[in-house]
Amino acid sequence: MKPVLLAAFAALLPGVTLAAPIREEGAARRGLAVYHQVCSVCHSLSHVEIGDLAGLGLSDRQLRDLAADIQVAGPPGPDGTPTTRAANLSDRLLSHFPDEASARAANNGALPPDLSEIARTRQGGAHRIFTLLTGYTDPPKGVSVPDGQFYNAATHTHLIAMPPPLADGAVTYDDGTNPTLAQEAHDAAAFLAWSADPHRSARHWLGGVTIAFLAVLAGLVFALKRRVWSRV
Amino acid sequence: MTPATRLDLDPDQAPEPATGSWLERRLPVGRALRREYRDYPLPRNLNALWFFGAFAVVTLAAMIVTGICLALHYTPTEAGAFDSVEAIIRRVPSGWILRSVHMAGASCFFAVLYVHIFRGLYYGSYKAPREVLWLSGFVALLMVMATAFFGYVLPWGQMSYWGAVVVGNAVAAIPLIGHPLAGMLLGGDAPGAATPMRFFVLHMLCGGLICAVLFIHIAALHVTGSNNPAGIEPRSPADTLPMHPFYTTKDGVGLCLFLAVLLGLAFLAPALLTEADNYLPANPLLTPPDITPEWYFTPFYALLRSVPSRLGGLLLAGAALAVVAAVPWLDRAPTRSARFRPLARPAWFAMAASFLLLGLAGSHEATGFWLWLGRLAGLYWFLHFLVLLPLIARIERPLPLPTSLA
Repeated sequence: MKPVLLAAFAALLPGVTLAAPIREEGAARRGLAVYHQVCSVCHSLSHVEIGDLAGLGLSDRQLRDLAADIQVAGPPGPDGTPTTRAANLSDRLLSHFPDEASARAANNGALPPDLSEIARTRQGGAHRIFTLLTGYTDPPKGVSVPDGQFYNAATHTHLIAMPPPLADGAVTYDDGTNPTLAQEAHDAAAFLAWSADPHRSARHWLGGVTIAFLAVLAGLVFALKRRVWSRV
Repeated sequence: MTPATRLDLDPDQAPEPATGSWLERRLPVGRALRREYRDYPLPRNLNALWFFGAFAVVTLAAMIVTGICLALHYTPTEAGAFDSVEAIIRRVPSGWILRSVHMAGASCFFAVLYVHIFRGLYYGSYKAPREVLWLSGFVALLMVMATAFFGYVLPWGQMSYWGAVVVGNAVAAIPLIGHPLAGMLLGGDAPGAATPMRFFVLHMLCGGLICAVLFIHIAALHVTGSNNPAGIEPRSPADTLPMHPFYTTKDGVGLCLFLAVLLGLAFLAPALLTEADNYLPANPLLTPPDITPEWYFTPFYALLRSVPSRLGGLLLAGAALAVVAAVPWLDRAPTRSARFRPLARPAWFAMAASFLLLGLAGSHEATGFWLWLGRLAGLYWFLHFLVLLPLIARIERPLPLPTSLA
């Protein structure tokens, strides 16, 4: 029975690592820039607090700079008018639209989905996000695209309500990476993969350590068991 | 008729004289523990399938510890439930570890219980004198199923919500009391504002009840003693070994491997066991294209959907469980272990296969092939328990039984 179990584990491991190859801390950090400069215009990341971005390896200083750059709704002014204030680390990355109706009104009736878990809830995960972001092309001859829709080879209907968000040079990276469309899409996908599974690397490390520990312990207990049972 | 008094007892059975420490003389817990968990005689031929009872106890303990920690951070409201679970997996310190283990633990609990139950069915562990042991285990299974369902609804994702809708509809299909009962359960006509708090309370309550039923299950086990692969009672002291050190070390090896599976699933392959749709917040206006329960409920889900009647489906799913509870009275063959039963043995494999096929059917859309596969597998399930087992008991000629376990 034991070799069977071990073999089952060995078979699982490569599948686990293959599951999400778009994943690298530098890429995810650059993806934050893509999100901040482009995606966040329409989308939200409403379950992520700015402080959570420390998980991407951002320093406290970088987080505070980012927070200072984000405006959120503040308390009403003395005469009841809405105000804004600079965000702090416990603020979430909410949508800029105050409600669903105004978000739809600004987007041809379509509601930009929240991106917190999108790499998990959309089939294909980060890969799908990458192909979607790079899937905009001119429609083939004879295909008509309705108003407010765009041709995208990566969707089922080949139509999507989101206008092409990325292009060469659409983002400014502060690490000097050349912002090509493919680079931006890859980084955005890596960032959203992080958002959907923020403890992935710690999880894998813990899983590896736990199994290694239990394997050693199982060996020791097995030796003990053999000694005890040699008496009967 | 005179009531039995202590004096009527066999002297060998009389309580031991109160000796030992101050506490032991007043509450002989230490002595009881030594008797029941160190010296307790177990058949010497138990195989790895007897690990799974211990696995279930350990899983339950892990579920209670992680569950209490999660409960401290959970908000049982319609507006707050999903957010609080997101906060647990994102920023509560070690929250993601607790939740991963709790989720993998739920799946492992069912896997372990199913192996435990099918082991009992194979080796005839339900037969006299272990009927009460079997029934107490059956009640524990029902409690675990209820707890798992209530718990699955708590994160208030799409599958949580629509799972609650499906079960609410099934309950509402009960004649007369169905509608009020479903209303009381959900706190309204559909899952809504009152549901998370109700399910939170019921989840914790049922979790506690599992412990109580488990206590009775283990007490009943220690009265009759464990069955064993040969299915014959130990006849002499040579047939048994004390629990410690023999089965503590043997179970210890199994436990290390089991924990490696549980924690491996939790940390390396959580996506195997989770429905991604449940990370979408509950949306009462948007029915998911296919409502799929967790794998452990799929056999019963297949039965629920196998007939075009809600009540009929509910009755079938309930009856599929009831026949398992009734198996000590359906299978009257005196031989316990299927090893010595040339007809019951293949029948067991066919029955186990029908359960797996039911599960497979329940995890697919209920149309065409899968619908009919579920119907046939369900039919065989009932055929096995209601027709084959009683019939085999009459016509089967068992192989000669061994005379000792040594």
